[in-house]
Amino acid sequence: MRSESVRTKRKKRHWTKNDTELSILALPTTVWYILFCFLPMFGLVIAFKNYKITGGKSFIYNVIHSEWAGFKNFEFLIKSNDLYIILRNTILYNLTFIVLGMVLSVGMAIMISLLHNKRKSKVYQTLMFFPYFMSWVVVAYFLDAFLNQSNGLVNGMIRDAGNTPIQWYMKAGLWPFILIFMYLWKSTGYNMIIYLSSITGIDTTLYEAAVVDGANKRQQVWYITLPCLKNVIIMMFILNVGKIFYSDFGLFYQLSQGASGSIFNATATIDTYVFNALQSATPIGMTSAATFFQSVACCITILVANAIVKKIDEDSAII
Amino acid sequence: MGKNKEAENSASRLNMIAGKTNAFFNIIFTIVALMCIIPVVFIFIISISSEQSIKMNGYRFIPEAFSIDSYLFLFREGEMIVHALGISILVTVVGTVLGVALTTLMGYVLSRSDYKLKGFCTMIVFIPMIFNGGMISSYVVNTQFMHLKDSIWALILPLCVSSFNVIICKTFFKTNIPDSVIESAQIDGASQLTIFGKIAIPLSKPLIATIALFLTFGYWNDWFQSSLYITNTKLFSLQALLDHVQRNIQMMANNPTLGVTMQQYMNSMPKEGARMAMAIIIIVPIACTYPFFQKYFISGLTVGAVKG
Repeated sequence: MRSESVRTKRKKRHWTKNDTELSILALPTTVWYILFCFLPMFGLVIAFKNYKITGGKSFIYNVIHSEWAGFKNFEFLIKSNDLYIILRNTILYNLTFIVLGMVLSVGMAIMISLLHNKRKSKVYQTLMFFPYFMSWVVVAYFLDAFLNQSNGLVNGMIRDAGNTPIQWYMKAGLWPFILIFMYLWKSTGYNMIIYLSSITGIDTTLYEAAVVDGANKRQQVWYITLPCLKNVIIMMFILNVGKIFYSDFGLFYQLSQGASGSIFNATATIDTYVFNALQSATPIGMTSAATFFQSVACCITILVANAIVKKIDEDSAII
Repeated sequence: MGKNKEAENSASRLNMIAGKTNAFFNIIFTIVALMCIIPVVFIFIISISSEQSIKMNGYRFIPEAFSIDSYLFLFREGEMIVHALGISILVTVVGTVLGVALTTLMGYVLSRSDYKLKGFCTMIVFIPMIFNGGMISSYVVNTQFMHLKDSIWALILPLCVSSFNVIICKTFFKTNIPDSVIESAQIDGASQLTIFGKIAIPLSKPLIATIALFLTFGYWNDWFQSSLYITNTKLFSLQALLDHVQRNIQMMANNPTLGVTMQQYMNSMPKEGARMAMAIIIIVPIACTYPFFQKYFISGLTVGAVKG
């Protein structure tokens, strides 16, 4: 009965002055979305074209008048040796970041919530949050100050000890550790605060009840805090998995100074590859194939991750 | 005494971790917190070390001699720095204002449940969260369709709106502005624009502060748009300039065979200390403002974590 009346009510609704006004309010942002989000989506068609720029003609003209290339661009990409490396790096780094980042920031959030002195805890939070606000350009300067070949602090100490300095920017084997460390350094404080804010939102009566039942602190963390954090953890997990084919561009590009030369194998990801290709003479269609793959793969992973989570726990899904 | 009082205040005084564990955690956090802040201190020390002591010993925490030459150098020769600072400030201010306007407008419209095109607008905001055109097609569209190459708008427009912020806005408006208030305003003859400007915005100061701060830091720290779209050095922001300097130094370090012209070029580059002084100039505004705004960020994060 009720739903029927709602439906008839909906049917009766006509376009009103109110709707016109709201449409006008929504218009600027809608235009922004069309120009900066939806047009590039259609621009993905370049991946299937032999894109050529004709001087003086508009972008749309160029797209329409470029020949279709079928899957040629993708063939090129698959045949190049780089594809395997950049794909492997992107996925493995992201998996490491997701797992280590989550363990570290959840652990730290729980630890900081247990500290006796709340003022100290505020100070720690403030200091740990700080790296999040530095750009990767600045962080690259930090790293340079420590690892610089001739002037860096670490090499200075090595020299003082009488050993030969290490050429940090040439040693591929060291870069996974450096990149993972820097990622954690920059993001842990931020993520910790996300988890901490949901820890402080947990109903304190739960803990009181646990104390009455004789649970010690460790059991409380295990049986109350962690289960209560489950939803946030899952949400963050979906968000991160959804970005698994993207890389934190600044991290890989700035810190390794463009992923050039000898450390390419350890630091190149899809994004740095595309960016470098964009700056060089690589045909635009071919790099576009890489981003096409990236967009589609990400869309699929986020939907799949969400679907899996929905199966396990309806409320945790984000879509 | 102070500690006792604090302990009494907390609801479960008996239910705390043991003193030893607390001390252990404190040590861990002290170390981590120091790790987060020491690089900044280190860079600052380098920037006030004398050029000689850098040449002799490299970067050290305790240099042989201090000097403020680097800063003097930047002030004297730093026309470009001052210009870049201007660009950074301009981009940050214009971008933040525009971004807040566009974000809150869309958020407000989405929060009105009686709007006829609400489903359509939700899709417009929601789809880009899952699927996007990627770097190349954005680049092609922005340069060839919108002609943003070497334009200051290339630094501002692409970063204006994020779906995440729009959804935070929508959730906030929905939970904080009762429908009855808006209905009564409508009965009094107010248009939606008046309601938005006179009711919704004044009631949402914490929200606007949060989004404005996110945008401000985003714009201030952005170097990527510059590296894609800007080749004219007159349009370099501070971050872009810093990036440019570092990249050139690295290039020369990697190609020692480039010869005399490169050597000359290197001599014209800022000295070691001056590079670090530039980095400090970027950090200082953030370091000064962010502790005051931290609570807004945290409340913003919490709002964002709530499912809309």
